[in-house]
Amino acid sequence: MPGKPSLGLRLAFYLGMLFLHFPIVIIVLYALTTEDRTYQFPPPGLTLRWFGEAFQRQDMWAALWLSLQVAAMATGIALVLGTMVAAAMYRFQFLGKDFITVLLILPIALPGILTGIALLTTFKRLALEPSFWTIVIGHATFCIVTVYNNVVARFRRTGFSQIEASMDLGADWWTTWRMVVLPSIATALLAGGMLSFALSFDEVIVTTFTAADQKTLPIWFLNELFRPRERPITNVVAVFVMLITFLPIVLAQWLTRDTDDLHGGGKTG
Amino acid sequence: MVQMLKEPNTASAQAAVVLREVSCYFGSVKAVDGVSLEILPGEFFSMLGPSGSGKTTCLRLIGGFEQPTSGQIVLFGQDASRLPPYARDVNTVFQDYALFPHMNVRDNVAYALMVRGVPRPERHRRAEEMLELVKLAGFGDRRPGQLSGGQRQRVALARALINRPRLLLLDEPLGALDLKLREEMQIELKALQRQLGITFIYVTHDQGEALSMSDRVAVFNQGRIEQLDTPKQLYEYPQTEFVARFVGSANVLEGRLLGLEGGRYALRPERIAIRPGSQNGPNCLSGILLDIHYLGAQTRYEVQVGEERLTAVTSSEEQGLQIGSAVTLSWERGSLRPLREAV
Amino acid sequence: MTLRRRLSDALYLRPWLLLSLLLIPPLLWLGIIYLGSLFNLMLYSFYSLNDFTGQVEYRFSLSAFRQLFSSPANVDIVVRTTLMALVVTLACIGIGFPIAYYIAFYTKGNARTFWYLMVLLPLWSSYLIKVYAWRLILAGEGVVSWFFNALGLGWLLQGILSVPVIGGPSLSNSYLGMFLVFTYVWLPYMILPIIAALERVPRSLIQASSDLGARPGQTFRKIIWPLVIPGVAAGSIFTFSLTLGDYIIPQVVGQPGFFIGQMVYVQQGTAGNLPLAAAFSVVPVVIIAVYLLIMRRLGAFNAL
Repeated sequence: MPGKPSLGLRLAFYLGMLFLHFPIVIIVLYALTTEDRTYQFPPPGLTLRWFGEAFQRQDMWAALWLSLQVAAMATGIALVLGTMVAAAMYRFQFLGKDFITVLLILPIALPGILTGIALLTTFKRLALEPSFWTIVIGHATFCIVTVYNNVVARFRRTGFSQIEASMDLGADWWTTWRMVVLPSIATALLAGGMLSFALSFDEVIVTTFTAADQKTLPIWFLNELFRPRERPITNVVAVFVMLITFLPIVLAQWLTRDTDDLHGGGKTG
Repeated sequence: MVQMLKEPNTASAQAAVVLREVSCYFGSVKAVDGVSLEILPGEFFSMLGPSGSGKTTCLRLIGGFEQPTSGQIVLFGQDASRLPPYARDVNTVFQDYALFPHMNVRDNVAYALMVRGVPRPERHRRAEEMLELVKLAGFGDRRPGQLSGGQRQRVALARALINRPRLLLLDEPLGALDLKLREEMQIELKALQRQLGITFIYVTHDQGEALSMSDRVAVFNQGRIEQLDTPKQLYEYPQTEFVARFVGSANVLEGRLLGLEGGRYALRPERIAIRPGSQNGPNCLSGILLDIHYLGAQTRYEVQVGEERLTAVTSSEEQGLQIGSAVTLSWERGSLRPLREAV
Repeated sequence: MTLRRRLSDALYLRPWLLLSLLLIPPLLWLGIIYLGSLFNLMLYSFYSLNDFTGQVEYRFSLSAFRQLFSSPANVDIVVRTTLMALVVTLACIGIGFPIAYYIAFYTKGNARTFWYLMVLLPLWSSYLIKVYAWRLILAGEGVVSWFFNALGLGWLLQGILSVPVIGGPSLSNSYLGMFLVFTYVWLPYMILPIIAALERVPRSLIQASSDLGARPGQTFRKIIWPLVIPGVAAGSIFTFSLTLGDYIIPQVVGQPGFFIGQMVYVQQGTAGNLPLAAAFSVVPVVIIAVYLLIMRRLGAFNAL
């Protein structure tokens, strides 16, 4: 490439990386501060006290449990639908394929608020009370593309000849699916599933429109943000949430190493 | 000699494969366009042609990976036109081998047995036998990713042969190997075919490979068979310009240039003798020597004759020839092969 | 033949059957639930609110749009949001491009995987937490103030904050702060497509260019930049669209002046005026559509 990186480029790169990661460090630091009223920096002292207090909070645990349930359910739906559409798009040429590509990407390309309010108006019109299931419907909609991206990339890389080889050797569709297709997309499914889990676990915008009084963890957190009294608890939960989302991402990256780039697709905002 | 099918009922009873007017269209592309042929049991049959000539599609039709748009496919006396691959007594060695990367070599080879529910010990024993047959004994625990290209090719072969199919399809199986390994494998494949007595259908774009291994060769061009013959007949008596040029190399000459009546003729370069000086007469032409290529065992000469550029090949280098000077090319009358127009 | 075998045969020999089985469920979901909802949203924007009962009247009316455009405050909201989206997009290009360029051209092997992951992690870590972190950083008693004061530059920060439009009582209550947060949270969306586009630039092309005597600057302008425009455009679609629709960041870090997303949120919630909320949410769709049309001209979609 054009020689060695110039000093300016190196500086821009490292400063940019610092910019990307500095806030994450700050979150961890603030979870340990002894100051409980203001955002004072540097922290006057460090303590682990708030972790204990945060874990006493029943409402936090309830929100976490709800988030996990929603994420698991939405991911399950997205895994099934995303894999189906990936298989169809990989294997077949048909009219309207471009339309489906757009349809898949729309829920992440359009602002999340649109998905949210659109679902809300529809639920209103159908007189559907917001519930656990309305949240799941919203989440599954934008999770499908994440699974799709990962699985279709794997299909493209693997090619079709393994499936033909299996059938050539006497296996019908069902055996071929179980013995050849599923194992070859397993890690892509796992990666896509984990990303979609993280996506759902973190989602707040669509959820505000599709939930009634159910509090997922992000919604709970958003409410806490405007209650300064509980500041240290908020800080601790922030670190906690961060860890819960980090893990699947690193794992997903590891699962798709040496293969394709991680196909996150994007997150709603 | 030419086994084009005329009476459907005569030989089909014992034929391994019969194609009757089979066509396969992909949209407006006629990948296979009205092909009929008959392949005998135990035959080593090659489908030769450039890429896009329909040879691979034809093989895939026999394997069941494509469905014919029209026509009939009969395998061992049974109509197989609408049978999925798993219902055919046919196995395939794929061009990219298509080994299952998540299984070790033994499980790859034993896959067909596993599918049929053969118990594990039996499966392993027979997989080991097959691996021995392809000289890979002891490789059972490896993963396909840990093998060289040649070894993967052998695994693919063992996997396809474990069911003892009556018909084995090979889709450019040596395409990914380097030259030396290719030549070794050609010999081995041929020996294996003789040993097992299985019908082989072998797709290749390499005419040398097709000629050296096959009992008969079908030359494909634009979805049709240009000529179906033994290697010797194909080379000695090409019927069309395409075959003459694709199988070996050929000078194709207009009849009038040779003082013969109409049409075109093929003349193999090694059938031409070359000597210095300019002389005209029957069965010879004179021209200007453009270039000499020394190829070791042979020497090739490029000669400009009128508008045409001819190639002659001799086994020993002729003396007294100079680039840019006049030379005379001559041949025996019988070396000229009349060509018919392409199908 | 067993039923299982018959089904398998049917799926194999009739590909359209397999295709329909695979496509119908996801299409039902995305086509009916998602597209249907979007369509329903459009319909709502043409309904009106009965002033007396507070109920939605399901009859065609332009009153929501009339309400939207007749109030200068609402128009301000649209302009403000669009401007912010544009500025944020430009900033993301400015900061993201060198990062992407460095990763694509000057790293390889494990180092490359590492830096790539270092871009992915901020992308995937919790959106809310990132926003919250900036609230901590930008607060009056937070990191940034401390940093300026420690360098004896406190006056400079005060000076910046006293600038009319971008300033405010503290960074966490100013458009400047909001701009920083927006840029931060959407930055990875810009970096990743640019890396992808840069990776597609054939290395031989760059070598050929410098072999032919082009200076690095020339090679960049003439060879690299034109090939990377689609990646930049693809990234900007995300940064632009995400900024337009966001309502959390302006709420957590920001000025009293509303953004489109906040307006949608308030209208559907406390104000209970779903038609107006719907009409407001149509606005970003139109802006994004216009934006996409411009991007399409630039060939942005090849890199998506």
